Amino acid sequence: MKPGNFWIYLLVMFGVTYLIRVVPFVIFRKKIENKYVRSFLAYIPYTVLGAMTFPAALYATGSLATAIAGLAAAFAAAYRGKGLFTVAVCASAAAFIAGLAL
Amino acid sequence: MKQFLQGIKDGSAIGIGYFSVSFTFGLAAVSSGLCWWQALLVSMVNMTSAGQFAGITVMASVGSYLEMAVSQFVINLRYALMSISLSQKVDSRFRAGRKFILGFANTDEIFAVAMSREGEVGSRYFAGLALLPYLGWSLGTLAGAVCGNILPKRLGDALGLAIYGMFTAIVVPAMKKDSRILKMVILAVLLSCCIYYIPIFQNISEGFSIIICAVAASAAGAAFFPMEENEHQEET
Repeated sequence: MKPGNFWIYLLVMFGVTYLIRVVPFVIFRKKIENKYVRSFLAYIPYTVLGAMTFPAALYATGSLATAIAGLAAAFAAAYRGKGLFTVAVCASAAAFIAGLAL
Repeated sequence: MKQFLQGIKDGSAIGIGYFSVSFTFGLAAVSSGLCWWQALLVSMVNMTSAGQFAGITVMASVGSYLEMAVSQFVINLRYALMSISLSQKVDSRFRAGRKFILGFANTDEIFAVAMSREGEVGSRYFAGLALLPYLGWSLGTLAGAVCGNILPKRLGDALGLAIYGMFTAIVVPAMKKDSRILKMVILAVLLSCCIYYIPIFQNISEGFSIIICAVAASAAGAAFFPMEENEHQEET
């Protein structure tokens, strides 16, 4: 990569990502009253995370078996109400142990 | 100050989680040809996992600036939806000036934690919530970029699952509590798998796929199981 290019790439990345986040945040000032729009927005965080996790997570470790072991551990921990960090550690630890066992 | 400290407390888990996730980003960035300080800068000004991974791919293949812009736009478009959601949740003292600064930190996880808080979200709470994740994301990238190549491959692979563990920790409790969320998440996952595995959808990028699935499932949820006023804010 030519040295100058990095800064333009960086600027483009930053500009696009920043504006996508900040413009909608700043321009919506009134509360949205419509029940359906509100419901749609309430579902968004969970459907986004669901779509991001599957099937991508199955290929995150380079081995289907270790990924499934890690995800199963994460589900079990999350179902018992464990926090973000604990669940993330469970996922990685289970995948690591499964990798050693294979 | 109390709000700020509560935010820091709620953000600590995300911060630690981000450290491990961005560690893998630092690893990937350096192995794709970036210097350690370039990897660090990318993380400091973007703070987004999927977008950054796509970004270093474009850089490594010396793609056009337009390709960079479009890939970032498509992958990160979900943040626009989240920012609209968040704009409905913040209190009236969360002024535009603060939104210009703090809106930058509206990531998937920070957003999810802010939305699951009872009542409205103030700017002090949100600033506290964002602080440790930002530090974790930046320092994790630095650590991964500087010392990543001494990490055993097996450990690096296992760390790749950490971000999905975090997603699971956010989604599963909500699915357990509300069967409507459970149904719509399953719908989003099924759609996502269809797009991934069915050959005719092969050309749909990962970022665009996330948008299609999330929008379709959320729209179905709003149409068939609309939530009453303020209901979702208290129950998650």
